[in-house]
This record gives sequence, structure tokens and C-alpha cells, in this order.
Amino acid sequence: MIAEIGLAALWLAAALAVLQLLGGLLGAGENGHPLAALVRPAAALQAGLCGLSFLCLLYVFAVTDLSVLLVANNSHSMKPLIFKLAGAWGNHEGSMLLWVTVMALAGGAIALIERRLPERTMLATLGAQAFVGLGFYAFLLLSSNPFERLTQAPPEGNGLNPLLQDIGLAFHPPTLYVGYVGLSVAFSFAVGALLTRAVTPEFARVMRPWVLGAWIFLTIGITAGSYWAYYELGWGGWWFWDPVENASLMPWLAATALLHSASVLASRDALRTWTIMLGVVAFSMSMVGTFLVRSGILTSVHAFAVDPERGSFILALLAINIGGALAVFATRASTVSEGERFSPLSREGALVVNNVMLSAILGIVLLGTLYPLLTEAFDVKVSVGPPYFDPVSAIFFYPMLAVLVIGPLLRWRKDSFARVKWPVLIAAALGLAVLVAVALLSDISLLALLGLALSVAVAVSSFMPLRGRSLRRLPIAVWGMCIGHFGLAVALFGMSADSAFQQERLIASNIGDVVDIGPWQARLDAVKPAAGPNWVAMEAEMKVAYQGGEWRDARPQSRHFWTPPQETSEVALITRWNGQLYVAMGNQSQDGRWQLRLWWKPFVTWIWYGGLLIALGGALALVGRVVGDLRRRSAAGKLVERREEQEARA
Amino acid sequence: MRKVRIGLWVLVGIAAFLFGLFAYQLTQPKDEFVKSAMIGQEIPAFDLPAATASRPALSSADLADGKPKLLNIFASWCVPCAAEAPQLAELERAGATIVGVAIRDREEDVDRFLGAYGNPFARIGRDDISEVQLSLGSSGVPETFVIDGQGRITYQHIGDIRPEQVSMILEELRKAGA
Amino acid sequence: MRRLVALLALILVLPMAAPGLGQDSLPPAPYAYQQLDDPALEAKAQDLMITLRCLKCQSQSIADSDAPMAGDMRHQVRTRIAAGEDPEQVRAWLVSRYGDYVSYKPHLSSSTWPLFAIPVIVVLVAGFAIFRRMRARK
Repeated sequence: MIAEIGLAALWLAAALAVLQLLGGLLGAGENGHPLAALVRPAAALQAGLCGLSFLCLLYVFAVTDLSVLLVANNSHSMKPLIFKLAGAWGNHEGSMLLWVTVMALAGGAIALIERRLPERTMLATLGAQAFVGLGFYAFLLLSSNPFERLTQAPPEGNGLNPLLQDIGLAFHPPTLYVGYVGLSVAFSFAVGALLTRAVTPEFARVMRPWVLGAWIFLTIGITAGSYWAYYELGWGGWWFWDPVENASLMPWLAATALLHSASVLASRDALRTWTIMLGVVAFSMSMVGTFLVRSGILTSVHAFAVDPERGSFILALLAINIGGALAVFATRASTVSEGERFSPLSREGALVVNNVMLSAILGIVLLGTLYPLLTEAFDVKVSVGPPYFDPVSAIFFYPMLAVLVIGPLLRWRKDSFARVKWPVLIAAALGLAVLVAVALLSDISLLALLGLALSVAVAVSSFMPLRGRSLRRLPIAVWGMCIGHFGLAVALFGMSADSAFQQERLIASNIGDVVDIGPWQARLDAVKPAAGPNWVAMEAEMKVAYQGGEWRDARPQSRHFWTPPQETSEVALITRWNGQLYVAMGNQSQDGRWQLRLWWKPFVTWIWYGGLLIALGGALALVGRVVGDLRRRSAAGKLVERREEQEARA
Repeated sequence: MRKVRIGLWVLVGIAAFLFGLFAYQLTQPKDEFVKSAMIGQEIPAFDLPAATASRPALSSADLADGKPKLLNIFASWCVPCAAEAPQLAELERAGATIVGVAIRDREEDVDRFLGAYGNPFARIGRDDISEVQLSLGSSGVPETFVIDGQGRITYQHIGDIRPEQVSMILEELRKAGA
Repeated sequence: MRRLVALLALILVLPMAAPGLGQDSLPPAPYAYQQLDDPALEAKAQDLMITLRCLKCQSQSIADSDAPMAGDMRHQVRTRIAAGEDPEQVRAWLVSRYGDYVSYKPHLSSSTWPLFAIPVIVVLVAGFAIFRRMRARK
């Protein structure tokens, strides 16, 4: 029964999306069209119905209703509840339902909250949102029904992949998804603004919080995914430029560029067409990413259930949406003027560099990810990996960071170097000092060396915009910017330090052996069996000490799951502020000794602290913007006055 | 505005190219196999010990005795290798000389495997650290190479040999001079 | 349709050829899990291994894989480095066996030149875009 309710709600939501699309388009074309009044309620109701449908899916997973095909295939009554729920979106159909649900919720939220833009632009935006949504409804209802029933329920479900039973993995995909799908809002706003020829600073101000929201989720999702790969796979790698990793990075890069160009448009009414284009590109990258992951045309470590038919469907949606957006763009771009001018040495100038560089990195990642696919068409197999991506992306990333040292200090429109000379020189001098000191004291790669120096310079300069300002009255959004940039520096420092100073020991250890690894000593005391609900393991009881300090416990395990049979390595992580000791356990060798893998990874945790700081910066900026908007809205009279003024000007 | 238009066309071009590529790749079966780059080349020199007492050892010199052969890479622990055993037997009956390389295997396991699934091999070498496998550019078990009389690799078959593929393998062997 | 069935059959069979189910019982090759005694040589080997593709895995380097074949490849890399070979020689040896696919570091060739040409074009376009922006607004 519950499953049928979910399906019915989904069909109703799709019908409302049709109404929303028609009303939106007609209302945008003609002032006061009768259907226009229905658009916002339709969007809100659609959000409610989709939410209901998703709750139904969660319910059938929670009670393990095995008469539902999806549950029978992907769940198991022995799973802990949290992983049963996570199973709801850990498969193709469920994740597509999550996709339309997030889209509908975002559309509903816009419909209920957003009243600052001209109504026609809003109608066009909601119409565009419904158009994109309908494609996914069709996909879901016609070829991937998550609520399909079995005529006979099997006695037990067959989904219990132990690698996927991890709290990090349970929440990593939906987090990324919210980010992916959230970018659809940027897409819809861009299309709506283009359709009604209303690419204004107000449009950028309205779009920005939504993009920020999606971007925060993407940032957290990527950070969490990186940490998951790091501890779960047992080899201590945090980024391998794997196609699926790149698929999540590309929308992030586009969204980051969009955020920065939107701030130029919002504050200075410049970069209009560019901002629109990025809005389209950002969501396109989300869809390309989904396509690459779901169609399985690329070889990736992430084994998703793949199906060429699904791939074709997503590809068709991609073509319709992007083709449509580009067509609108082609017919309207000439009506959007370029906007205000500015001097090269200005905040806008620095942001242009940021945008060009981010776009270039995006292009490189896209090229490197898809290139093997291209050569395969000619029956040549190549691999593109870290030795390519690291240096080539750094060509653009590092100059961008150099500009980031000065950019946030500059004023809008026009500035002089003399005004910002001292803070920039201090940051540059510190960076240079680190460069020289590290280069003299150690022998590390150029990329890591430059990374360390630039991260120090950016970290120092990131808080320079605060100098000379009253910290109490400073807008929250400025705090957000400073913390976000500081987070980037922290993450880069972690990456550079880990790749430059990481130490590795592989040993076969007898009970009682002591090994040195970097500043650590590790001792294997015993190896004992351990057991969990669906696994047995060999657990190493180890003691580790940092620079002769007190002995701490470390208990890596080698786990064997049985349904389905699989071996995983549960690593032991001993964290200090300046890095992590990473201990993984291997097999027993012929002579009775135990294989141990130990890494000392200086500052590696800073990568993820940095990622979280970036997300925190985004969250502060979001709060700052929303609070600012609320304040402005409370002065309602003023707002009306302003809008009238604007319309008079237009 | 010309600049915008150029940018737009570049974007349209990239998008169209990507669609074309994606659409083309979707219609292609996903080929997970890694082909050896050694086809057409002389087989690298090796000298493996015997994997079983019942058959002599295998060295690269044995493969250049003027007669084309099949070189089958297998292992007793590999499930598809058991599945292709009837096809190897059929090939042997059709007159093919088959030599084997047992990957990461013990003598007793090889004997058990040959006892259960038959022994079509003239010689079997034992490769404990996949050295010969790596030098042949083979990336898994089972794989079957066609070697001509001069010890040149002329063909590589990846995966188990299906019943319908036996005649194709014989044809490859014939092309190599049998 | 038949192609699809064959593909499905392959997908079902391939994991059996992979370690885990069809597990061999031999100990790993000597240098699969053992480092070279000379730290400088080991560092060389490690830097090389993280750029070589494990052919039995989906998308992992041989330094990141427990597959027996990855272990055998590590053994080859370490013994060859220990014997005085240059890392790029070892890479070339593997490429001569498996083609470019085995190396994550693409080298300039008739099939990879766009990987190097396009970034150069992007640098030029990016430089030009910034330069024009700077000049036009003065």
C-alpha cells in the first residue's frame, strides 16, 4: 500500500510539473495570464508530493518490504536501520527519486520564498525548473520505477555489500546529490533571466544564496568522499583523479567560478553573459557527472550498477536541457549588454582572473577525464592519471592563488597598488621565506614546494581584509570569504605536506617487534580474532608512541564479511594536530609474521579541515546574505521604492 | 557582441562533440580487456620449471621448434579455466599442440585440476610470480596465445575459449603455419 | 541483445577470475609487500608504482591494490629498480607489454598529443582573455 501511495504521489507531482511548465511559460510570455497564478502553488505542492514519495520509499526500506523489487535487490533484513535507510538511495532508482525530490524541494522553496525578482522572470525560472524536472520524472516513471512490486516476495533481500555499510558512504552520495541537483536552480534562474531579458544585479543577488547552498553541499560531499576513500580503501590515498572523483569536482569548479562571477554581477553589474553561461555550464557538469557515473562508459574504481539504456536516457536529457539552454542563450545573448567597465587593478579584475583560471582547470579536468574515452573510439587505450592532472592543473591553480593573495584586498572598480602594498608584501615575503627555507632544508617536488609557499601566503593574506575594520560591525559574508579562502590555504598545505613528507613502512612483523616510522615507534603486541554482526576479523593489538612519548593503542583489523564474501581492511588512525599515523593490517606470511603497512602522513588531516573550513566560509556567506536580505525586506517600503526606481530605469 | 557569439559557438562545438562521443561510446560494448602489445613480436626469453611431474617444463626455446602452438595461461584456482577445459580438449583432438603456464600455483593443486578437467598440455611451466605472464603482456587468467614456429606471438585470446570460438582459434593456428 | 547477454556473462564471470573468489594460495612475490633496503631506491620505486595501473583492478595504481597481480607487478618494479634500472626504463618495459594503458603518465605520441596541445591552447586563450580585459578597460 505504502509503495503504491509513493508511486501515485510521484505521478501527481509529474502532472503538477506539467502545469508548472505551462503556467510558467505562458505567464512569462504574457502579463496576467490566468495560469500564472497557479505556478507557485503547483511548485510548492509538487515539492510536498515528491517529499511524500521519498518518505514512502524510506518506509518500505525501513520495514524491509521485500515485495518491492528495489528492496529485495538492495536491502537485507539483517542490516542496521541506518543502512537500510541509506539503501533507499544507494541504488539507481532510489537515487533518481532523491534527485527529483531535491529538485522539487528546491523549486518549491523558490516558489514560496523568492519575491524579489520581477514576477515574469520568476515564472520563467519556475517553468525552466519544471522543464528540467519533467525529464527526470519521465526517466523515473517510464524506465526506473522505484516502487515496482514483485509477484512473489523472496524470503530475504540480497543487498548487504559490506563496503557500502559505512556511515561516511551512507551520507556521502546524498550530500553530493543535493549539491548536484541544487545547481539546477542556478540553471533555471539563468534560463529565466535570459528568457525575460532580466540579467540584472538583482538577479545575481537572488541566485547567489541558492548557488551557495548547492556549493556548500558539494564541498562537504567532496571532502567527505575524499576522507572515506582515504580510510576505507586501506591505502591512504585521498585523491586519485579517478573519473568519478572528477565527476564531482567539475560541477564544484564551475559553481565556484559562478559564485565569484555572480558577486561581480551583484555588486558591479558586470560579467552578465559570463555569469549566465556559468549557470548553464555548472548544471551541465552535474548532468555530465551523473551520466559518466551511471552509464558506466568510463573505467572507475567506483563500481556502480551500470546500464547503457539508462545512460541513453540521461544523455538525451543532457542534450535537451543543454541544447535548449544554448538555444535560448543564442537568441538572447545579443540583447544582454556587457555591463559596467572596470580597471584591471580592481576587485573585478582579480575575480576575472579567478574565473578564467577556474574555467581553465575545469577544461583540463574534463579533457583528461574524457580523453581515454576518445582514444577508445579509435581502439587505443590510454590512461590519464595524477602525473598528468597534478602539474597541468597547477599551471592554472597556482597563478590563481597568487592573485588570491591580493584580490580580496582590492576595492571595486579601481584601486592602486600603493594602497594594498604592505599587506601583500608581508604575505608574499612570508610565502617566499617558506619557499626558500623548505627548498634549502629538504628535497621535495616543485609542485609541493610551491604549494607550501602559496598556502602560507594565502593563509596570511586571507585575513588581511579584516584589518582596519570594526570586527563587530563587519558583515558576516566578509567573514565567510576570509574563512573560505583560509580553508583553501589549509587544504593546500595539507595536500602539499602529505605528498612531500609522507613516509611509508611495509613490514612483516613478529609479535613484540618494534618498528620506526617517521617520528613514531610501533609495537605489535598480539593478533587476536574479533567478530561483528556480519563479519569476523583478525585484529592486531598494537602500541604506538610519538617521539618516545606515551604508548597509545592502535587496532587495525583485517575483516572478512560473509554476505557477500568480501575482505576489507579496517585501518587504525592515530591523529595528532600535525598529522596522522595510518596503520593497516595485511595477511600472515608463511613464516608466521604479520604484514603491516604503516604511513606517517604529516598534516594530512588539514586537507579535510580545510575542506570543512571552505564549507563553513560558504555557510557564513550564505547566512550573511540571507540576514542582509531579511533586513532589507523588513524595510518593506524602501524595497518597493527601490523596485519602482529600478523599473523606471529599465 | 561578436566575442559572445564566438564563445557561444565554442561552447556549442564542445557540447556537440561531447554528445557525439558519449552517444558513440554508449553503443559500443564496454571492452574491459587489456590487449597485449606483444602481438607480432618474438616471445620473450624465459625458462620455467615444470608445474607437474606428469609433464616436462617449459622454456621459450620449446616454442621455436618450427611448429605453431597454443600457449595457454591458466591456474587451478581460476574458475573460467575449468570452464574452458572441454574446449582445450577439443583443440587438442583437432591436432593443436598446447603448452601451459600455470600462474601462482602449487604442484598438488595443478595435479588435482588436471585430474578433474583433463590434461591437454604437452608441457606446463610454473610461473609463481607471474613473471612470464607480465612479460607476455597478459593481464589475467585464462588467456591463450598463438605462437608460430619461429616463436613469434601472432594472436591473443583473452578470457575462456567458448565452444563457438574453437574453430576461430584453429583458424588462427592455421594462419600461424600449422 | 546477444551482445548484451555476452556482456552480462562476462561481467558475471570476470570477478571470478579476480582475486577474492578464485583466490590462489601461493604467498605473494618477495617484493610485493617488502620494501627495498635502500630508501632512495624504494622512493624511486614508490614514485613509479603510484603511476602504474593495476590491470586487474578497475582504476587503481599497483601501489594501491591487494590484487596478487598488482603484487607481482610491484615485485617486478622493485627488483628492476634494485638492479639499477631507471624508473622510466621500467615504465617503458611495461608499456611495451601492455601499451599506454598501463601507465597513468601519458607520454607525447601520435595518440596523445591533444592532451598536451589543448592545455597550451588554454594557457594562450586564458592569457589572451586576461590581457585583453586588462588593456581594454584602461
